[in-house]
Amino acid sequence: MIVSAQTVLQLTVILPLLSVAGLIMASRRPNLREAISIITGVILFSLVVMLYQGMMDGDVLRVHWFDVIPGLGFNFHIEPLGVLFALIASFLWIITTFYAIGYMRKNGESNQTRFYSCFAIAISAVMGIAFAADLFTLFIFYEVLTLSTYPLVTHSGTEAAKKGGRIYLGILLTTSIAFLLFAVIATWFVAGTLDFTSGGVFNGQANPLVLSVLLVLFVFGVGKAAIMPFHRWLPSAMVAPTPVSALLHAVAVVKAGVFSIMKICLYIFGLDLLPLLSSTQFLLYLAGFTVLMASLIAMRQDSLKARLAYSTISQLSYIIIGALLATASGVLGGSMHIAMHAFGKITLFFCAGAIYVSLGKTRISDMQGIGWQMPVTMAAFFIASLSIIGVPPGGGTWSKWFLVMGSLEAGQWFLIVALMISSLLNIAYLLPIPFRAFFPNDQTDMVRGSMKEAPLPALIAIIVTTLFCLILFVYPQPLYDLAQAILNTAEASHG
Amino acid sequence: MLNHLPILQVIVPLLAAPICLFLQKPKIVWLFACVATALTFLISVLLLQQVNVSGTLVYELGGWEAPWGIEYRIDDLNALLLLIISSISAVVMWAGHISLSKELNADRHLYFYVLYLLSLAGMLGIVATGDAFNVFVFLEVSSLSAYALIALGRDRRALWASYKYLIMGTIGATFILIGIGLMYQMTGTLNMHDLATRLPEVSQTRTVFVSFAFIVVGVCLKLALFPLHLWLPNAYAFAPSLVTALLAATSTKVAIYLLIRFTFSIYGLSFSFTTLPLNVLFLVLGVLGVFVASVAAIYKRNTKRLFAYSSVAQVGYMIIGFSVGTAAGLSASLIHIFNHALMKGAIFLALGAVVYRVGSVNLSQINGLGREMPYTMAAIVIGGLSLIGVPLTVGFISKWYLIVALLENGWWPVALLVLLGSLLAVIYVWKVVESAYFKPADSDREPVKEAPLGFLIPVWVLVIANVYFGLDTRLSVGVAQAAAAGLFGVTP
Amino acid sequence: MLIGHYNYWVVVALMMLGFFIIIAHGNLIKKIVGLTIFQTSVFIFYISVAKLDGGTAPILAEGFTDYANPLPHVLILTAIVVGIATTALGLALTVRINEAYGSIEEEFIEKQDNQSC
Repeated sequence: MIVSAQTVLQLTVILPLLSVAGLIMASRRPNLREAISIITGVILFSLVVMLYQGMMDGDVLRVHWFDVIPGLGFNFHIEPLGVLFALIASFLWIITTFYAIGYMRKNGESNQTRFYSCFAIAISAVMGIAFAADLFTLFIFYEVLTLSTYPLVTHSGTEAAKKGGRIYLGILLTTSIAFLLFAVIATWFVAGTLDFTSGGVFNGQANPLVLSVLLVLFVFGVGKAAIMPFHRWLPSAMVAPTPVSALLHAVAVVKAGVFSIMKICLYIFGLDLLPLLSSTQFLLYLAGFTVLMASLIAMRQDSLKARLAYSTISQLSYIIIGALLATASGVLGGSMHIAMHAFGKITLFFCAGAIYVSLGKTRISDMQGIGWQMPVTMAAFFIASLSIIGVPPGGGTWSKWFLVMGSLEAGQWFLIVALMISSLLNIAYLLPIPFRAFFPNDQTDMVRGSMKEAPLPALIAIIVTTLFCLILFVYPQPLYDLAQAILNTAEASHG
Repeated sequence: MLNHLPILQVIVPLLAAPICLFLQKPKIVWLFACVATALTFLISVLLLQQVNVSGTLVYELGGWEAPWGIEYRIDDLNALLLLIISSISAVVMWAGHISLSKELNADRHLYFYVLYLLSLAGMLGIVATGDAFNVFVFLEVSSLSAYALIALGRDRRALWASYKYLIMGTIGATFILIGIGLMYQMTGTLNMHDLATRLPEVSQTRTVFVSFAFIVVGVCLKLALFPLHLWLPNAYAFAPSLVTALLAATSTKVAIYLLIRFTFSIYGLSFSFTTLPLNVLFLVLGVLGVFVASVAAIYKRNTKRLFAYSSVAQVGYMIIGFSVGTAAGLSASLIHIFNHALMKGAIFLALGAVVYRVGSVNLSQINGLGREMPYTMAAIVIGGLSLIGVPLTVGFISKWYLIVALLENGWWPVALLVLLGSLLAVIYVWKVVESAYFKPADSDREPVKEAPLGFLIPVWVLVIANVYFGLDTRLSVGVAQAAAAGLFGVTP
Repeated sequence: MLIGHYNYWVVVALMMLGFFIIIAHGNLIKKIVGLTIFQTSVFIFYISVAKLDGGTAPILAEGFTDYANPLPHVLILTAIVVGIATTALGLALTVRINEAYGSIEEEFIEKQDNQSC
């Protein structure tokens, strides 16, 4: 290897930032600018893959930059959960950039340089979150992610965008400053360390009541995980251009949220401690409630992106449940669902964007009979829906299976019922869309003849992510291995 | 030469002020003032180094031994404050000529520089001196020149604000004078160090209680602690931009230094916090100040006023840290003094650039400036983020230490309130952000260009300092902790 | 007791008087007068503190053993200078305010400002 693994790890965070300089310099030459974006994406992904291989070979890696506060500074390490998250985010960044090129150009959006630059900063923050070796580093990048995505949410600069941005920033900053920062400092105060440690950092010394409160603060504090009642920012963020909604609000930002919660559950509290805390049960119920409630709200949304947003809220709580269950299957299911949902939901958003740029339609009620105009898109929508619902041949089948198993292991009957009902609701709010596109209620709505598919780069993106939904069903082994590695790391303290 | 640094710190700007009168030409005066402030800054750096190496410096004026003569005593706390004051004033001065060319008639420039240097000398004197009466004299030197500086504002309301500040400030200073007199009556000394050793003997007398009360109220008037803050918003809002930047970044800090000096070193912790329930009082006032002033800031249409109210709120944080009464709390307070000087210096200086181009800082005039003055507005945004306490900025460091100090004391409800208070900052900062970036420019405002480089450089020096000291906290935290430890060492 | 500390009573009375004038009067010049009285009370306080019964001026001379404390006098000289500067600045501001607002009544000034806001 030419560069050391340590350098690779640092580059993952720095490279996207460096690309911003390039993007700004190339702002007058769109082709060069987009090329820089894509090349950076490809390099970044290969760097993450290198880290992945290294980790699977058993490398242990830790990088320390400098201390901000004595004992607390920028620390990065590789561990399976982070690598999983980084792999997904960096891979989908490339795909999304392709998609964005098609989408943004066709839509004639302004300020594209700012768009790509903020995107790159956001990805850099995501890498920082993924590889953070302690809560302090994680918190810093978490806030950077919030702020760098704000200009993306408000990209259009309209009154609606401003309002959406207000809610977005308001909720994310409020929760992160009022709850998360407080919880982080309190953890530091109680445990004396913020390092992510297998088996947790509290060593059974702290008062369980304090820890219960801390857990609640953490789960509410990570507003990006969109657990109710702190979910409103996600639908508000849908005013953003679709590539943003696709990558950030289906993958990067929201996954950063649930990823943080998983990290906190696994490496701050530890699997042994979690079931003992009285608040865990409360949070599980809350997550179950979020799953059901968000699905019900999704059914009533006529705007496609809003429906997908509520669907995301519901799916995120699946992962929170997986983390909080603190059983082997729960962790497996939760981590696998991060990947499964990412591919499924990004495909759905891509499709929503494609429908918008090609046909100018955002309302589901207007989408009757568009199936033959956009056959590829709607087929992709169908397959991705299956993955989200969790039925073959969608990859989501596996993660849901493990989540249900996890609930069974923990004897959480309420959750099993919630998951089951939610799956039914998923069918009810997702499948009618492609179905009515091909078989409208009223046959006269059927549009025949001319194909009006999305621009080619966008279409390629859709096809790639759809294929992954299928591949992950047929060949889930690497993902399963990675999830197993996460479980092993989390349980390492058992010896 | 190096032995005389403590006095040079004060003498350089004090002598530079009358020399300005001989130079006449605005541009030359400006260059001279730049050199003088830069020299002052250099001296403060050297002083800090010396203190680091050899501990507290004692300088006897004219060779008269204390307590008969006046002595200057520089420990970590003094050195930190001297550094803050002289650095901000030096950076602000760089923008002087450009900013004044729009805000002041050419024939008035001279007075501005004279007053600026005098005010600076006064503030440095307050911090450097080890003599209680000397504090009063320097306090008046800095205050009188500050009143005159504020009155230089173009708006006639500046006059009225200056007058009100003069009345309040003089009452405050006279209160301090009474307190000093009563202390002298009881101990027969004015030397701070000497006072600290002699006061405990008589600390249970009513005279000492009264002197303490007078001094605390007087100082609180000067530091604009809620509810004694009423003079501040208008004074900041209508003063020339540079004056606002200087005062906002330094003058309240000096008053807080005095509060710390009097309560911790002179009267002693056991007297201030154990015999008298001062910490409870300050805690309540600090928290109330944070909330009342932040909420008030939200409703302001003039951004200078908005950030002036935010200054009152930030003083609240410093007072909260102070009221904890532990070394950790005090160092949190000191760190925030350092950091807040950087934030407010950057913000008000950037607003000065807005005044330079637009002529007004009303929110409606700022509409659309994000596009027209990208670098200036970006500076305000970063300063604002720092005020909120977003990671990677100095504000985050302040907040972190403050909350740790509060938790250490078991005051977690206060810690939560502090965090909630910073959310109010989000609201008022975002009002400015939304105006600048989301609203179209007013039709009656001419399109403007970015501020000139001479303005942008000092602004961005402060902005970069905001980020740099948010990452590398060795200087700010190190000195603040040493200073706090020193204060607690004196009065165990 | 009361008589023995009569100097303090004078000081307190002057101080309260000055303070009252500052607060109660809307006329800017009267406010400054109040401020001056307020400051003067403090000067008297300092000087009276330095007084020693039977003491003379602090000049070494045959036959005198008790001297008044000279230090407060010196301090108050400085404070008087400061006070004069304050009064001068205050009056100068009043002149400027009169030019700008056409009045030196607080009420009137505030009313004009509220209109222009």
